Amino acid sequence: MRALIQYIKDVAQGFYSLSQGLLLTLKYFVRPWKHIVEQYPENRTTTIYIPEKFAGEVVLPHDENNRHKCTACTLCEMACPNGTIKIISATIEGEDGKKKKVLDKWVYNLGMCTMCGQCVDACPQDAITMKNSFELSVYNRNDLIKVLNKPGSKLKEKES
Amino acid sequence: MENLNTELPKEMTEEFVVNIGPQHPSTHGVLRLQATLDGETIKDLLPHLGYIHRGIEKMCESLGYKQFIYLTSRMDYLSAHINNQACSLAIEKGLQVEVPARAKAIRILMAELQRLTSHELWWGSCAMDLGAVTPFFLAFRDRERILEIFEENTGNRLTMNYITPGGVMTDINSDFVTRLKTLLVKIKEHLKEYETLITGNIIFQRRLKGVGVLPKELAISLGCTGPTARASGLSCDVRKYYPYDGYEKLDFKEIVADGCDSWSRYVVRMEEMRQSIHIIEQIIDNIPEGEYRAKLKGIVKLPVGEYYQRVETARGELGVYIVSDGGNKPYRLKLRAPNFSNLGALKPITVGSKIGDLMASMATIDLVIPDIDR
Repeated sequence: MRALIQYIKDVAQGFYSLSQGLLLTLKYFVRPWKHIVEQYPENRTTTIYIPEKFAGEVVLPHDENNRHKCTACTLCEMACPNGTIKIISATIEGEDGKKKKVLDKWVYNLGMCTMCGQCVDACPQDAITMKNSFELSVYNRNDLIKVLNKPGSKLKEKES
Repeated sequence: MENLNTELPKEMTEEFVVNIGPQHPSTHGVLRLQATLDGETIKDLLPHLGYIHRGIEKMCESLGYKQFIYLTSRMDYLSAHINNQACSLAIEKGLQVEVPARAKAIRILMAELQRLTSHELWWGSCAMDLGAVTPFFLAFRDRERILEIFEENTGNRLTMNYITPGGVMTDINSDFVTRLKTLLVKIKEHLKEYETLITGNIIFQRRLKGVGVLPKELAISLGCTGPTARASGLSCDVRKYYPYDGYEKLDFKEIVADGCDSWSRYVVRMEEMRQSIHIIEQIIDNIPEGEYRAKLKGIVKLPVGEYYQRVETARGELGVYIVSDGGNKPYRLKLRAPNFSNLGALKPITVGSKIGDLMASMATIDLVIPDIDR
């Protein structure tokens, strides 16, 4: 007899516990504004919010006079754990006749980059930053290898 | 006519082998379990590893001390911050660098948030393994909000590489504190929802209670750590016994349960989420001002010697052992991963039970396969 009462109690408790969960589901069912929806991809050009710090790709910012800050010191190349960065420098003769090392090509292989930020961290000139761009896939693998400095760009001399 | 009297063949049982995985949804990764079954009863269980072995330890030995930290995010990807913290602490031990107080506070905040995300993902996937789909989305709702905070402050969502030798990579945003506070209020409300939806559910309880019993002695001899061992009554929280980064100043409870079964493991993890929130609440209002990073040289060289640092990840004790020969790369790096030891508990707790209980045991041990293989 006692076992029977216990059994009925268990069944009642079971039904109660199930109804509690179902009630919660029902609550969400009748309150559609509480639904969990992340909008994508229709809003990817309009309302999407990408945080400022989001590490999408490495960029070499240029100012309005097509000048960058990179001195071709190759510290970023050494700091990169994957060999993503290749810096090709050229030697030119300055106005005063001294030979100077300048940046020729800042080659960046996006396909090998893990966005760890070591290159940005290592740069003494703050020449490179991370850009919050996304959807960077391309159809051709060679398109992933980019030259970041624009053609004809020059080193921005420090204002002293 | 003569065949009439011959006996019918006796009911015969035969053992047979079923491969679960490597591409099975409930193994949460590429783990292959070779289960020998007799009917529905598990007679033997043999995990096959190596499907996602990348040789992280060896790769680390060919990279500089600052560089290899990003690789450890890829071991236990749900505890990426804590893995980075372990490596940073080991390197700081060698360099004898004092980490600024602000960096320590940020580290603890991030580590506890990471623990929250990890346990929330576990909660969702645990319920999904046992047949409930809705909790998975509810868990991802809160996890998404925390990942947004990570994205805004560290730049990445999953493999952050944020904690670095000497401190943290960048300072936190100015709105970090207010955003986190509003989020914590929400998460606390949602934890109550979790309780009504799953914890109180009779079906869920019956599937976990008394299933996958891991006795305390076995947990010790198998080297289990983390919530898996604490549910067997083994007090082993590294944050309590070997405090790092200022955990000794904080007030939090080490959750230990004596049930030894899957239900205890569930309860311990749910309670740990509350403790993580409690820890965050203590620091959030008084993050010290000042530097977020100690200045280090461009190329770090550790003095000759051996350095060991252990931390508590979301799944147990992670040990980082560095042998340095004075160069700019580690001579030997050994990572003691919590999941590898916890996987050892899977066979003894499931042999003899039904195959349906295997999923319950696996779900509550909470394995992350890339951490097992490394």
